[in-house]
Amino acid sequence: MAELFFGYFAGVIALTAVLVVALRNPVYSALALLVLFFHVAGLYVTLHAEFLAAVQLIVYAGAILVLYLFVVMLLNLKQDDRYHHQWRIAAFVCVPLLLEFLVLLAGNGVAPQSSPLTAEQTAAASDNTMAIGTTLFTTYLFPFEVASLILLVAMIGAIILAKRDIGEGGQT
Amino acid sequence: MTVPISYYLILSAIVFLTGVVGVLIRRNIIAILLSIELMLNATNINFVAFSEYLQDMGGQVFVFFALTVAAAEVAVGLAIIIALHRAKDSINIEEFNLLKW
Repeated sequence: MAELFFGYFAGVIALTAVLVVALRNPVYSALALLVLFFHVAGLYVTLHAEFLAAVQLIVYAGAILVLYLFVVMLLNLKQDDRYHHQWRIAAFVCVPLLLEFLVLLAGNGVAPQSSPLTAEQTAAASDNTMAIGTTLFTTYLFPFEVASLILLVAMIGAIILAKRDIGEGGQT
Repeated sequence: MTVPISYYLILSAIVFLTGVVGVLIRRNIIAILLSIELMLNATNINFVAFSEYLQDMGGQVFVFFALTVAAAEVAVGLAIIIALHRAKDSINIEEFNLLKW
């Protein structure tokens, strides 16, 4: 049953990933990315990361993608969007990566099964949100504060970058 | 976990390579940013798969941070795109070659 779910999610994720790159209209690309986000969230649920699945839907599908669509609509893109001529460089970068990856996988063979859960880990797995919260606010407390700083800087930077031209236009 | 970890790695590699190809061959800046989102999601899948495999919550916390950075990156990136569009009335990547050699 788990294989069935994984096959479905993986198939849709791979297909929509290709569609994001291949579709010419940015709106269709963004919508394909939306489908991808939903299926990645489903994959997280099968991996017992329910909190991350919810956050994925809220932040990625809810906030980030809406921002993308907003900008696409705002700029009103109509020019033809052909592919870049440096596809040879793309092939040059990606084919060795793919080969390297296949060689690594073929060399590894079957990975050992994960160790059975201890009682404590089972208790932690039953409440994913609490486990994440405990880890986040004990071991990773300082990175958490730094992340808030990143968000603050990004907010100020976005406001300044998007606003500057209006201010200059007002002065002239 | 009945699905082997290598399946997740293969899926992640496919999505990541698709993102790399998208960054390299698309000419629309918004499509390039979407491809970067693809790559971030590929790494997130890896993190969560290993978090389940090793029974370590650190992987999921790292996905949390990656999500934060992705949100910041999108906000700043889209602001830059809007500024570029105001400056040149285009978001075709080939028209922005001021910093090229």
